[in-house]
Amino acid sequence: MKKLCALFTSMIVLCCLSAAAFAEQAASAAAPVPNKGDTAWMLVATILVILMSLPGLALFYGGLVRVKNMLSVLAQVFAIFCMISILWVVYGYSMAFTAGGSMNDFIGGLSRVFLSGMTPDSTVETFSKGVVIPEMLFMVFQLTFAAITVALTVGGFAERIKFSALLVFAALWFTLSYLPMAHMVWFWGGPSAYADPSGFIFGKGALDFAGGTVVHINAAMGALMGAIVLGKRIGYGKEAMAPHSLTMTMIGASLLWVGWFGFNAGSNLEANGTAVLAMVNTVVATAAAAFSWMLAEWLLKGKPSMLGLASGAVAGLVAVTPACGFIGPMGAIVLGLLGGVVCFWGVTGLKKLLGIDDSLDVFGIHGVGGILGALSTGVLASPSLGGTGVYDYAAGKVAEYSIIGQVASQAWGVGVTILWSGIVSFVLFKLIDRVMGLRVAEEEEREGLDTTTHGERAYSL
Amino acid sequence: MKMVVAIIKPFKLDEVREALSAIGVQGITVTEVKGFGRQKGHTELYRGAEYVVDFLPKIKLEAAINSDLLDQVLEAIEKSAGTGKIGDGKIFVSDLEQVIRIRTGESGQDAL
Repeated sequence: MKKLCALFTSMIVLCCLSAAAFAEQAASAAAPVPNKGDTAWMLVATILVILMSLPGLALFYGGLVRVKNMLSVLAQVFAIFCMISILWVVYGYSMAFTAGGSMNDFIGGLSRVFLSGMTPDSTVETFSKGVVIPEMLFMVFQLTFAAITVALTVGGFAERIKFSALLVFAALWFTLSYLPMAHMVWFWGGPSAYADPSGFIFGKGALDFAGGTVVHINAAMGALMGAIVLGKRIGYGKEAMAPHSLTMTMIGASLLWVGWFGFNAGSNLEANGTAVLAMVNTVVATAAAAFSWMLAEWLLKGKPSMLGLASGAVAGLVAVTPACGFIGPMGAIVLGLLGGVVCFWGVTGLKKLLGIDDSLDVFGIHGVGGILGALSTGVLASPSLGGTGVYDYAAGKVAEYSIIGQVASQAWGVGVTILWSGIVSFVLFKLIDRVMGLRVAEEEEREGLDTTTHGERAYSL
Repeated sequence: MKMVVAIIKPFKLDEVREALSAIGVQGITVTEVKGFGRQKGHTELYRGAEYVVDFLPKIKLEAAINSDLLDQVLEAIEKSAGTGKIGDGKIFVSDLEQVIRIRTGESGQDAL
């Protein structure tokens, strides 16, 4: 009898315990948990964007400069990637993607400095209500965007900038131009807190899926201001400055295109139909742009060049970046065809007009392409043109679309980026020039940065 | 002894080399050079920057020969290097004062 009672009691205790366990599980099931598919995809997307910098952009740029400066370009991109990676995790992520109190329109706060409070279990929402990915994953994905944006600027002042001055510029520009831009365009409360304070440009309703303003126009202004303040390369316009290896440039461009799928489709933050849409747009817009640039060059200059194909492809990639998750594939083709031709003008006609030695055409491609893409998004995102429209989280459905209204919102984004980035970049360059000098000595520029700055030769033939 | 220097089109090198071997020329030195004469260059285009390239790739061939062999050598080179088009090249002949074989110390005709 005693044994039976003991058994009975222990069974009841066991039931109570398991009931409590069930209750606890039910409670924690209420808090969303990352989906393994979304997490796996975003890990891959992050890696693809790293590939865009290392070695994609490095080789794309490197092949375009003269032999004597090849290593300097590779070193600049590599070093910037490393430096921005550290600065991002220490304070960059916090200042871009947390609430900034009274300054929240323009910059975030310090709540995530040193990634304080972030654990592998922390989550952030995607663009779907109740869907999350690990916050650390969102953080490291965005790290790759910050790094490549800063690295992009070096194209404007290649072959003549002092390495030390460049590193100082990179750190300051990252802090004063990239972080505010990322915050203004991309910071918001998420689908479950859509009414929370957001960044200024986000608040104006501007759409920028993967960074037409934050990355491309921003970097282009940085490059342009640098090219202006540094001045032209010695012998520009008189001496031959032909690319030393278009083979490397093609390899770089190809890696950029492949990596860009992580950049664009990954900006969806989860693996669903919208990510696929972004990927499809990233294929067709790029292909269309490469072709239209090639045809324009063939018609106007006589020959279809490999460099034209590669440049056209990059132009298409830039133009589709802000649009990729919002427009339809046919719209992407149109955007690509336009982008190729307009950016071809950007590196020929416009370049001649401006008279600035933007060595690797950062403004001609990323600036012009970014502006075109950002404004075109306002038109092509319209459901009447095959676009997705804009989702209204308050109403729980796609909102009524006004092309004029949306283009006006886009113009806010473009205008603020040009002004903010342009002014900050110009001031930084002037300051750094005053304090430490931006340019290498003439003899060093003549001999080449590889041997004089880095003590090495790119090729021992 | 004569020093024969010939500037020829690069793809003709093998033919010239065979023709010279056939008449008994034992050794030649070859360098890759650039140059122009009456043959026009070409334009290269990189985005917006156009470059006119005057210099064309050529091969410079040098051979130290016995003076007796000179006429045969000139004929051999002319025949094998010629295409009939502008840019075939030129041959320069100069007197050679001394030739020494480094390994053995032989000089003059014995060193050729």
